[in-house]
Amino acid sequence: MSLFFDAALILLAIVVALKVVTGRDPLTDVIAFIAYGIVLTLVWVRLAAVDVALTEVAVGSGATGLVLLRAAGAAATAKQEARPGRVTKGLAALVSLVVFLLLAAAVLAWPKPQPSLALAVAEHLPATGLGNPITGVLIVFRALDTLLETVVLLLALVGIWALAPDRTGARAWSGTPAPLSGMTPSGAQVLLAQLLLPVGLLVTVYQFWAGANVPAGAFQGGAVLGAMWVLLLLARLAPLPRLEQPGLAVLVLAGPFAFLATGLAGWVWAGGFLDYPEGIEKPVIIVVEAAIVVSIGVTLGLLVLGPAGPQAADRPGADAS
Amino acid sequence: MSAAPLIGLGGAALVAIGLYGLIVGSDGLKRVLAFNILGGGMFLVFGAVARRGADGGFGGDPVPHALVITGIVVAFSATALAVALLNRLAAASAEEGKAPSDTPGGPS
Amino acid sequence: MSLPMIAAPPPTLAGALLVLVVVLPLLGFLPFFFLGARIAERLALGLLALGLIGALAIAAEVSGSGAAVAYFIGGWAPPLGVALRADGFSALMLAMTAAALLATGLFAMTGIGAARPRMPPVFWPLVLAAACALNLAFTAEDLFTLFVALELLTFAAVPLVCLDGRPAQYEAALRYLLYALFGSALYLLGVVLIYGLYGTLDILLIAGRVAVEARSPPALMLALALMSVGLMAKAALFPFYLWLPPAHAGAPAAASAMLSAVVIKAPLFLLLRLWLDLAPQTLAFAAGPLIAACGAGAILLCGLFALGQKRLKLMIAYSTAAQIGYLCLVVPLAAGAADGGLALTAGAIHLVSHAFSKAAMFMAAGLIYEALGHDRMDGLRGVGRALPVSLFAFALGGASLMGLPPSGGFTAKVMLLTAAVGQQAWWIVAVVMAGGLLAAGYVLKVIVPALQAPDRPLEITPVSRGREMVALALALGAVALGFLPLEPSPFLAIGRPGAWAEAVQ
Repeated sequence: MSLFFDAALILLAIVVALKVVTGRDPLTDVIAFIAYGIVLTLVWVRLAAVDVALTEVAVGSGATGLVLLRAAGAAATAKQEARPGRVTKGLAALVSLVVFLLLAAAVLAWPKPQPSLALAVAEHLPATGLGNPITGVLIVFRALDTLLETVVLLLALVGIWALAPDRTGARAWSGTPAPLSGMTPSGAQVLLAQLLLPVGLLVTVYQFWAGANVPAGAFQGGAVLGAMWVLLLLARLAPLPRLEQPGLAVLVLAGPFAFLATGLAGWVWAGGFLDYPEGIEKPVIIVVEAAIVVSIGVTLGLLVLGPAGPQAADRPGADAS
Repeated sequence: MSAAPLIGLGGAALVAIGLYGLIVGSDGLKRVLAFNILGGGMFLVFGAVARRGADGGFGGDPVPHALVITGIVVAFSATALAVALLNRLAAASAEEGKAPSDTPGGPS
Repeated sequence: MSLPMIAAPPPTLAGALLVLVVVLPLLGFLPFFFLGARIAERLALGLLALGLIGALAIAAEVSGSGAAVAYFIGGWAPPLGVALRADGFSALMLAMTAAALLATGLFAMTGIGAARPRMPPVFWPLVLAAACALNLAFTAEDLFTLFVALELLTFAAVPLVCLDGRPAQYEAALRYLLYALFGSALYLLGVVLIYGLYGTLDILLIAGRVAVEARSPPALMLALALMSVGLMAKAALFPFYLWLPPAHAGAPAAASAMLSAVVIKAPLFLLLRLWLDLAPQTLAFAAGPLIAACGAGAILLCGLFALGQKRLKLMIAYSTAAQIGYLCLVVPLAAGAADGGLALTAGAIHLVSHAFSKAAMFMAAGLIYEALGHDRMDGLRGVGRALPVSLFAFALGGASLMGLPPSGGFTAKVMLLTAAVGQQAWWIVAVVMAGGLLAAGYVLKVIVPALQAPDRPLEITPVSRGREMVALALALGAVALGFLPLEPSPFLAIGRPGAWAEAVQ
């Protein structure tokens, strides 16, 4: 019975994916993509990976969907490249089919028993004082990846802000982003906000509940925090931020730099880089984690908002470089 | 057949669909969508590996789970950058269409 | 099933330096948010100079101790933790990157008459983020950490392409990003398959497992194929070169120099590591000719395209797409053969000399553009008299691309040819010769008219002498590599697998 359910989910994901790839209308495609993310979320739950499911629904489906909605309006007006001909499509289908068959063969031929690091994590997790194994991997065992992941977010923000139209002033990227509902029919976005707001609330409640039961399991909360902020902006319950505010910069930088500082401090108070001091690992980790949650949340929100738009103070054509 | 291989096969199919979309995509948005479809499928394949490797009292190998979480965030960042470029390109083209003045020719 | 843990390396200063060269550049983000462009620039140059000192110290330690330097992040050994490790090859890459980036920084430095990138406060954090990503790509032992490094590199490089803010640049940046995303997706898919097979992401551990397997599983072959295609897309190797010319040619000169010189070298370096360090020898033997065929395609076709360009910067960009092909020729020659050291040394020298000469050429082209107000190939007559230093730097860089002695390009080609003749790979010999002729064609197409008298007096905007000197210094660096001995380098053998390296140690 449960296998039947899994098969139905997978089938649904495939149908929706095909719809996204073959559809003709940008807005419909993006909404189908959001549905794809929600189906994947359910599959992750079926794989007993609740942490991943949360990230998928908040970031993979929610935040990504919101960003893509911003592009859907522009895509409708952008010039289209020539649609690919039959030969291209046929070749692409052939390549994809071959890749599928090879991957399927690889999936079915995986070794038994599956090599896994689960036992190694279980063995060393108590030494970290953490209860959630995924947090342990993210913040302790593979902390370098996570530190650099926060830098990736920061870098994406720098890259996006650099796309702001030129204007004379102290900071090239100063000003507020264009309103979220400026580009696409606001009806769809309002509907989405109404649909996602309860989901987001539910997820946040779960985070708190999980935080109580599984120590320091709220790492994925940053994504939900960001999504909630964007929802508030969508519903026009919060004002658009001015990007040059120093306070905003502090929020954005707090996570990566608290993490980096802790890492460097490891040479002083422990055995080396990203090594946590013995005995007080857990409080240190919780402080770092809290900073990361805030920074990831704010950065995700800012990435959705995009670069500063044309400002009311600017005259059109005033972009002298 | 248990759930893991089934979901692994599903992930493989989604990868193939995404790859097809990337190759035939006729505009930037379509390709970005296809990239995300591909990514989702690939993460599912990883999830199937994690499920098969469940041990030590965990429902799955936590290492792939952590890597997938990182991967989802990285994919989102890439999508946000691509969308910002798409929007900027559309705005720049629109401006150019309005006033086709001779922009100082760059080295391209 | 648990894997043997690797013993932790002793805590050394060089090990700590490995971490510092990766993370210290991140401090460059602080001025972006809080301080002015001038401070951002000074801090960036200081960090780049520190990076060079760190890289040289690591190379000195590797050379002095005769062993690779390693560091386990947080004290956690692979497979659970992540290791950084620098063998001779990695140490060379670190030093080359640091030198090229510092030169780029000096070239881009705001000075009187310097054409600044449009947004200096954006430029500097991006350069530093690229330094972080490159140093990580050259030292990480973990396949997923390498994925993060490649993503960081993409996110640093794409905004550099569109710093000037022209629509054509946005288009080039978008295309670059889409190719890069395609590449990273395929790379990561391969990583997933490898984890499924071996339950670890550490290259050394995987190599140890792979080497003792009687038959390589098909999933490993698929993984290697996917990762190779992904890395090729990121490096703009033929047939994925389409994104490179508009992206590299459209960027501001300092950014072009950096993108062509070092940024695309990271995926190429990883392609070499994949086949020389991770793949079983039998597979590397089988796949080597395929990869070399792509390299041959790059050298011949992109060389021809370069010959046909009407803009100087586009010509140099196509030349980059052609020159990286030589590194693919290294794969079959270096994979496991007794004289593999010769081919690997040739590849390493080519990597470094191409970095220096190509950065010099892009800088010179940028200065010529600035002086003339254009870079049309048919308007270059007389540039030699107007900008002798820039043209000299361009010519020296070009001589290395052609393979004229003394230059790193010459040394690399002689060793590559010796290795190819030794293994009777005659078609590789033919490709190397043809590639040299094509390079001569497109370089001379610039230099010959530039040395002639102009039809009418050129209107020249004066350019900064200091920036000309940076280009010249880089070109002289490429020339200096021509004085290296024509034999496998013992330094490159340090800490590396393979019969040749073990014999040297």
